[in-house]
Amino acid sequence: MKTRSMNRAVRTPGGLSLRLDLRALIVVVLLLAAACAAGVALIGTGDAKIPAADVLRTLAGNGNAYQDFIVGELRLPRVLVGLLVGASLGLGGALFQSVSRNPLGSPDVLGLSQGSTAGALIVIVLLSGSTTQVTVGALVGGLVTGLAIYLLAWKQGVHGYRLVLVGIGVSAIATAVNGYLLTKADLVDAARAVVWMTGSLNGRDWDQVRPLLALCAVLVPLVLANARGLRMMEMGDDVANALGVRVQRVRLVLMVCAVLLVAAATAAAGPVSFVALTAPQLARRLTRSPGPNLVPSLCMGAALLVAADWASQRAFGADQLPVGVVTGVLGGGYLLWLLVTERRAGRI
Amino acid sequence: MLVDSPPEQRAETAPAPPTRQAARALGLLGSVAILVLVAVASIAIGAKSLSLDQVWHGLFHDTGTYGDVVVDERLSRTVLGLLAGAALGLSGAVLQALTRNPLADPGLLGINAGASAAVVTAITYFGVTSLTGYVWFAFFGAAAVGALVWFLGGSRGATPVRLALAGTAISAALYGYLQAVMIMDDAALGKMRFWTVGSLASATNSTILQVLPFLAVGVVLALGLARPLNAVAMGDDTARALGANLGRTRALAMLAATVLCGAATAACGPIVFVGLMVPHVVRSFTGPDLRWILPYATVLSPVLLLGADVIGRVVARPSELQVGIVTAIIGGPVFIFLVRRRRTAQL
Repeated sequence: MKTRSMNRAVRTPGGLSLRLDLRALIVVVLLLAAACAAGVALIGTGDAKIPAADVLRTLAGNGNAYQDFIVGELRLPRVLVGLLVGASLGLGGALFQSVSRNPLGSPDVLGLSQGSTAGALIVIVLLSGSTTQVTVGALVGGLVTGLAIYLLAWKQGVHGYRLVLVGIGVSAIATAVNGYLLTKADLVDAARAVVWMTGSLNGRDWDQVRPLLALCAVLVPLVLANARGLRMMEMGDDVANALGVRVQRVRLVLMVCAVLLVAAATAAAGPVSFVALTAPQLARRLTRSPGPNLVPSLCMGAALLVAADWASQRAFGADQLPVGVVTGVLGGGYLLWLLVTERRAGRI
Repeated sequence: MLVDSPPEQRAETAPAPPTRQAARALGLLGSVAILVLVAVASIAIGAKSLSLDQVWHGLFHDTGTYGDVVVDERLSRTVLGLLAGAALGLSGAVLQALTRNPLADPGLLGINAGASAAVVTAITYFGVTSLTGYVWFAFFGAAAVGALVWFLGGSRGATPVRLALAGTAISAALYGYLQAVMIMDDAALGKMRFWTVGSLASATNSTILQVLPFLAVGVVLALGLARPLNAVAMGDDTARALGANLGRTRALAMLAATVLCGAATAACGPIVFVGLMVPHVVRSFTGPDLRWILPYATVLSPVLLLGADVIGRVVARPSELQVGIVTAIIGGPVFIFLVRRRRTAQL
């Protein structure tokens, strides 16, 4: 394997040893840098343009009052939501793909996004709720859908392919419900609903940042603590069992984390398509390392989403085109390419 | 007959005793009777329910009374339901035989989404407003996506999961495109949000006349393929040994499924799961012989579609639930049940 030369075993005199994948480490550092750079560029973009140097000075607390207001109140929360949503989707997607053992087993395909959408549409169309209520509706919708998929796929344990197919069935039902709700709405509500369904970072503020940050602070360490078991499970349930991994328990914990991450991200920004699907795949290609690649996927998701939002703001003007359209178009193209190459390699 | 079957195959599929054949034929007659009942119900039941006398009067002694007008309205809707249901069920059965995949369905394989995307493009960018115009776009979209899914799903090595995934993934991409179009163009949103759920409500006589030729060709083609598809079901090697022309059978079957599904989608929007459910129900009492499955599916699918349409009209009175929504809500659980069954799992 090509990567072997990049791996270093670190041993301490006390007997502690760990494997260090240099390439993965470099990729993570570079992706973090890219995400931050895209974030700074995004803060500087908009109707009032701010040079990158000024953005950095303002972030360090040395800006003038005008810049403080624009950066601190308007654009920093948007960028933070983008980073957190991207990171959650990237990590959630990596977990789903690893558990379903399928590069296409992302939350978009499994019906989670559609479930969140159903929750949000119920609030928008039937209750005419506020933005906060829409967020809660989407969160509840996503969690209920995740639970339903898990329970319906359960049959002496959950297996990858059954999870995928049950998810596809649930997704079709949720899509029908969403279509019905859209036809019930008046045109104003319908337009609002379609924008929400596309996924957008427009007008996000600190109210979205704080809960998302808290959730990530709890879930990310929990996921990483179970990553070892997940890595073993990619060799098959029997092998993992033999190596002392409690397969069903690890899977349950990780699935719950993944559902929470994706549902929270969707509640905050809408179902931004394809980030959860593409981020883990791109990360895996960069690190060239087998296994779930959780941390690189997380960084990749954050970088992708913020970069896509920046591209949309630059190309189409401030708040014209929701970020979900950009990720949808880019992701769709990437998906076709992925399907072709994976097919050639016989992996799907 | 499209493929000359050698005597061996006839010997393989023929041994059902005459009584069973008679039972199947009787069952088919019974199914037609059920279909007639459901069609009458579809004319009689709605926001304003009619008595059987009124239905009879409207159908055969049309004098322009209020009841007669209602019958006229519901008649075109019922006829479209009959045609679209038969087309969807037949294309589902053909696809399941062709892909040897119990979960194949025009909706799951993304063919509906392809037709939808093409129709949206036609409405938004080419200013097409008539059904005659966009039925061709629907065909093109359906055919392109059908071929793509077949190719990406692994062609011959296709498995249920691969095909379903390829179809769903492409559908997801196309729905992203649909959403982008609807965001940019409020007028398109106004039209498309009703079209994309799948409904029989907009049926008119001209709609029916426009899709009828396509459906007729598709139905004849599909029913004629029953025997060669029976050979395909036995596996490539056996089929070849039996003298079946595999390439031609596959191409014709894909063509038939695409024409049927494309025409049905153009006329009433994407409707999922009809093509999935009915062939399964049918197979449970006819066995694997497509010469029986295909006619049964043709007769029983409209029963499901019209039944769903009637349910949609009754549960949400005085407004109505579109038929595409009712079939998805009934069909989703059936699909999940099929997935959970062990036998399906192993295919």
